[in-house]
Amino acid sequence: MIYEDVSLDIPRGKITAVMGPSGTGKTTLLKLIAAQLYPDSGHIFVDGQDIHSLSRSDLYKVREKIGMLFQSGALFSDMSVFENVAFPLQEHTKFDASKIERIVLEKLHSVGLRGAAKLLPSELSGGMARRVALARAIALDPELVMFDEPFTGQDPISKGVLVELIRQLNDGSGITSIVVSHDVEESLSIADHVCILSGGHVIAQGAPSDIRASDDAQVKQFLNGEPDGPVPFHYPESVVDEQRSQR
Amino acid sequence: MMNSLISLGAGFLDWLEAVGRAGIFIVQSLVRLPVRLGESINLLIRQLYSVGVLSLVIIIVSGTFIGMVLSLQGYSILAKFGSSGSVGQLLALSLLRELGPVVTALLFAGRAGSSLTAEIGLMKATEQLSSYEMMGVDPLRRVIAPRFIAGVISLPLLSFVFSAAGIIGGMLVSVGWLGVSDGSFWSLMQQSVNFDTDVINGLIKAVVFAVVVTWIAVYQGYECVPTSEGIGKATTRTVVLGSLAILALDFILTAAMFGDF
Amino acid sequence: MRSKRVELLVGCFIVLGVVAFVYLAIQVSGLAFTGKKDTYQVVAEFDDIGGLTDRSKVTIAGVTVGHVVSISYDKKLYMAKVTMAIDSDVNNIPVDSSIAILTSGLLGEKYLGITIGADEKVLKNGSQIYDTQSALVLENLISQFLFNKTSQSDSKK
Repeated sequence: MIYEDVSLDIPRGKITAVMGPSGTGKTTLLKLIAAQLYPDSGHIFVDGQDIHSLSRSDLYKVREKIGMLFQSGALFSDMSVFENVAFPLQEHTKFDASKIERIVLEKLHSVGLRGAAKLLPSELSGGMARRVALARAIALDPELVMFDEPFTGQDPISKGVLVELIRQLNDGSGITSIVVSHDVEESLSIADHVCILSGGHVIAQGAPSDIRASDDAQVKQFLNGEPDGPVPFHYPESVVDEQRSQR
Repeated sequence: MMNSLISLGAGFLDWLEAVGRAGIFIVQSLVRLPVRLGESINLLIRQLYSVGVLSLVIIIVSGTFIGMVLSLQGYSILAKFGSSGSVGQLLALSLLRELGPVVTALLFAGRAGSSLTAEIGLMKATEQLSSYEMMGVDPLRRVIAPRFIAGVISLPLLSFVFSAAGIIGGMLVSVGWLGVSDGSFWSLMQQSVNFDTDVINGLIKAVVFAVVVTWIAVYQGYECVPTSEGIGKATTRTVVLGSLAILALDFILTAAMFGDF
Repeated sequence: MRSKRVELLVGCFIVLGVVAFVYLAIQVSGLAFTGKKDTYQVVAEFDDIGGLTDRSKVTIAGVTVGHVVSISYDKKLYMAKVTMAIDSDVNNIPVDSSIAILTSGLLGEKYLGITIGADEKVLKNGSQIYDTQSALVLENLISQFLFNKTSQSDSKK
């Protein structure tokens, strides 16, 4: 049981940041939206369609319009950077090789890695890998891009580059973006709409300025990074006992 | 008493469920047909390389040595009965019927099976499998099917190479070193080895082992817990389960083929 | 490039596997790909076939000219009926030839040996060889030998 009565709207054409402490199921939310996981109850509508009631082939068609940037980048380790970005194009379009090459180089250029096209994923730094993954996620010009913890484990420069790229992407082509993160500053700086999850509930929703102005104790604790508060510093012992007795 | 019965029943049901899931898994990955033939062949070739070609060295070396040892051992016993010429017969029958398929399959489980599991497990841990799914590409078809097919093609070929290497190695020792006559080595071998019962039955065994070992390897990789510990455990399970399955199936197949009942 | 090398090696691997298979088939199991030779069938009945089996070879002067096709029990005569296929180019075996069950070496496999007779007529498809000599059974030989010994020592007294 991860969520209780979670209900949220992702506005089209804007950047929505979903934030919350670790372990509140932010990644699970993305997997639910992409129908990689199925909910026990409830519905998720993507572009007006109940995504969990679609047939396999319809689902795959919807997914062509969704790009996802995984936490680890998830570049295919047996393909070069170029082949990685070209892969979704080869799978889902009937473009000829020269057109694919043009699109791939253009996408790589937009993330600043045109020169790295021939490298293998193992030869890239973490920040570069994430940028390649971003290029791959937008190769098919999706309507919705989901970013799973894009800033985690990045140095400040890479973070800045990624923030800039996500911003540009949204401004340039009006893509709907969902950014899942617990990096408060970066998220608030790019988001048009913020939603904070905690303990299975949506505890705050609104524009970044509203969130900053919130006087909810939980929201304040999360934004300011206070060690103790409504989310206790001490892990409750009763939970452990309960989990053990269930086994 | 009640509890142990319950846990026995639960264990059996769990096992059945796992077998069922593995069955559905492999059928799904084979049934969902490839979109483009050329690309599938490309993927298959890459897997044939990593599963087959990279296993060649260990297969040839072990085959040669096993053939040489068999000759030495066989010769010392057969010489007591004055029929050292039959060493070729001993060598060919034991290699074709048993050692070729079985030892090749065991080595294959250790060399190729474990690396398949680890590779797929790593793809799962680094979210590459989810990534395929997100791009609307079925990872069963794209990742599992070519690896499975490559395994099923490679193992029988490797088993022939193993047997041939063993016979050549055995010939070097018995003819070249122990002084068995060239003519009786080959003619006694050819008289006793029968194409249908020996070569073909060895091939059947190799194909069965290939299906089982590769199946276990890809399934363990796909179902593993996506952490470094989980991948390690899954790799171990591939080798252990694979080896046990090979030996148990070998008994059943041998009884069916040569048991005469 | 890289993939060309991979393709080449995979090609070599498959060729090697097939070559090994053909080697096992021809050199080791002695399979001949000359196709089915034309044969004709000849029958012979034996008192005792010993360890003769299907596919045992049939020889003349030590050279293989055919093989046993089937062995069955003839209920009327209480004998073993052996059907063999003989290569059709060996078409001059006289009808009064005799056939014996022989053993290669002391403990080797059983095979059939035809000793040529003198008749003008030759064996055809479906002919029978009447002059047969059963397998030597080791136990019988030994008991005969012992029996002779005892009778010899009896007569000396």
